[in-house]
Amino acid sequence: MSVRDEIEQFIRENFIFGEVALAPETSFVEGGILDSTSVLELVSFLEERFGIGVEPDEINLENMDSLSRVEAYVLRKQAVAKA
Amino acid sequence: MCGIAGMVDREGSRPPRRDELARMIACVEHRGPDGFGLRLDPPAGLAHARLSIIDIAGGSQPLANEDGSVWITYNGEVYNYVELRPLLEAKGHRFRTRSDTEVLVHAYEEWGDAFVERCNGNFALALWDAPRRRLLLARDRLGIRPLYWAEHDGRLLFASEIKALFAAGLPARIDPVGLDQCFVLWTTFAPRTVAAGVNELPPGHLLVVDEGRPPRVVRYWDVPAPPPADALITDERRAAAELRALLEDSVLLRLRADVPVGAYLSGGLDSTAATALVRAITDTPLETYSVAFADREYDERAEQELAVRALGTRHHQVEVTYEDIASAFPRVVELAEKPMLRTAPVPLYLLAQLVRSHGTKVVLTGEGADEVFGGYDIFKETKIRQWWARRPESRMRPALLRRLYPFAPGANDRAVAFFEAFYREGIERPDDPAFSHRPTWRNGARNRAFYGVALAAAVTAHDPQEEALAVLGPALAGRSPLARAEYLEFKLFLAGHLLASQGDRMSLGHGVEGRYPFLDYRIVEFGQRLHPSLKLRGLAEKWLLRRAVADLLPAPVLERRKRPYTAPNVRSFLAGPGREMAEEMLSPAALADHGLFDPARVAGLTAKAFAGRPLGERENMAFVGILSAQLLARAWRRGAGGELAADAARFPLRELADETAAARQAPARDAERTGPR
Repeated sequence: MSVRDEIEQFIRENFIFGEVALAPETSFVEGGILDSTSVLELVSFLEERFGIGVEPDEINLENMDSLSRVEAYVLRKQAVAKA
Repeated sequence: MCGIAGMVDREGSRPPRRDELARMIACVEHRGPDGFGLRLDPPAGLAHARLSIIDIAGGSQPLANEDGSVWITYNGEVYNYVELRPLLEAKGHRFRTRSDTEVLVHAYEEWGDAFVERCNGNFALALWDAPRRRLLLARDRLGIRPLYWAEHDGRLLFASEIKALFAAGLPARIDPVGLDQCFVLWTTFAPRTVAAGVNELPPGHLLVVDEGRPPRVVRYWDVPAPPPADALITDERRAAAELRALLEDSVLLRLRADVPVGAYLSGGLDSTAATALVRAITDTPLETYSVAFADREYDERAEQELAVRALGTRHHQVEVTYEDIASAFPRVVELAEKPMLRTAPVPLYLLAQLVRSHGTKVVLTGEGADEVFGGYDIFKETKIRQWWARRPESRMRPALLRRLYPFAPGANDRAVAFFEAFYREGIERPDDPAFSHRPTWRNGARNRAFYGVALAAAVTAHDPQEEALAVLGPALAGRSPLARAEYLEFKLFLAGHLLASQGDRMSLGHGVEGRYPFLDYRIVEFGQRLHPSLKLRGLAEKWLLRRAVADLLPAPVLERRKRPYTAPNVRSFLAGPGREMAEEMLSPAALADHGLFDPARVAGLTAKAFAGRPLGERENMAFVGILSAQLLARAWRRGAGGELAADAARFPLRELADETAAARQAPARDAERTGPR
């Protein structure tokens, strides 16, 4: 499963609870999918599953507000870790 | 306090029957267990369940005027009946009782429908004017007492609670649009209810049912718009004195009763102020009552004890556990007759039980002060968001919201960007009449995702936000952002939730009458004339109220910041019998059975909840909202299947007092009466 698919599955199972179309660019905030409680759950998942460390100032809309943004963020962090 | 019910046969084909009225009134017996009465006067029939508070010997209802031509069934208290009575006596009206009820009959005779404008109190009443074959329903200005009506099979039915309409044969069906309103706006919005075909008479309105004409809903009062800026009250010292005088008079009026009056004492400013005013103007011993929570996160015992010590009342407390909340929840929903997104009404139901167990029937409470004097966080939030809207790119302006909600998730932890994003909703439209409520409503609307296919289809053409604005918009037009937020709170949260699901229904579930000194209409009107800085000074709430009662309250109470009243939500249903009940009601089978919600989605939510994982605010609201809707659907189905009739059998058909009614009818027309009809 790709990084994006894993993130999508986590989001679906934990915040959406169903088979709704989720476009890569759909805003989690606009769509009511993530709020200030659930975003911390997402962060814990990312840290555990992808072995990255999320800094407090990285929990922002630029990094966390859509599937593609979260995916890009995770890939970026992984690349930095490997480098 | 009381319950009322009745009907008018509009087509002359199905006159009301005694057993039908008995069944209807049996459904609201909890509101008035002290006596029953009915009056059959085809085409009309009126019924009454009584909680005796004023004129215990003489106040039985239904009650008539001198010649038996005008009959009333009435729930409420019109406190200024003492002042109205001599005016009516001077016009020649003769009284047989000391009751406020009889004053209303004569007031109607004397002043016609406009008599309600002279009434200060809370009421829901029905008057049958036999010579004119005319039914008049009236409801108090702010909606303290409930009143519902429906047209069914050629009859117009009315009652204090919806369940009594079902007992008269109206099919018990959920109105999807009403249900949707509850999820988005937190309450239905009058005239709509969660019961298909049932209308709520809006607060401050009459229903006029003239023979041969369609029923007419007529407004007689509304929360007035503030005057122009240069006419607002700004002199703090004079305003505080004026408010103090009003408050003392309001409390004094609300102590009028022939039974002892107690008070709720939450430890907050409002209930402590109401209690302190009682102590200041009377020397009768005072019993006070409060809720404590086993879960210390919600508990305010320390604050309550401080207030009790300072005011010297005899205090009683009920400690509420998760299990208490879960086990009372089904009954609470049945009484509230609408879904609720929070469990907060439940402790109030348990508190009323405590009050009743001490023999008290009447309590003063602090409701309304937040609406009248600028107490709610949503007002501060609106102020901050309006300021933010002027510079949406500012990082400093939204940071004030974190000071407002320091304990909210995200406010002071890593998720602050998401915390602020919530309040950004609608920031680009500061002139939106519902600017203040958009984040809340939008958040509620997100839970529509849990609707099943049929419910989603039924509400797809409706937007509760726009429908509320279609009705309230004209009144909002001339108001400032703060005044708009206040008006929406009066019309939606106060009338639809605080006074109803959390107020009248909970206290009268145990035959306890709540009285609301801050909701005296003179105080509400006074509040609308105050300059905003006398309400919110910076972000300090209820500025003027604090000054008006400063000499009566201990300093810690006076200086305490408002703490919103809440109760444990999902965590009440995670163990024991409460969990079993929730698991059963939220099972795929039960969900499919009622056909309201999407079983797969709800299963995801319940799995998360029952695993003990943290739920966000909105998920808590979804859980409690769906559970309560399921409980309501089940209760109504049972009712439709005959359980309500069984209920009537459970309350044996007492010898209802129409013998007395016949006796009362006897006196000949009073020749000396000169007032016009």
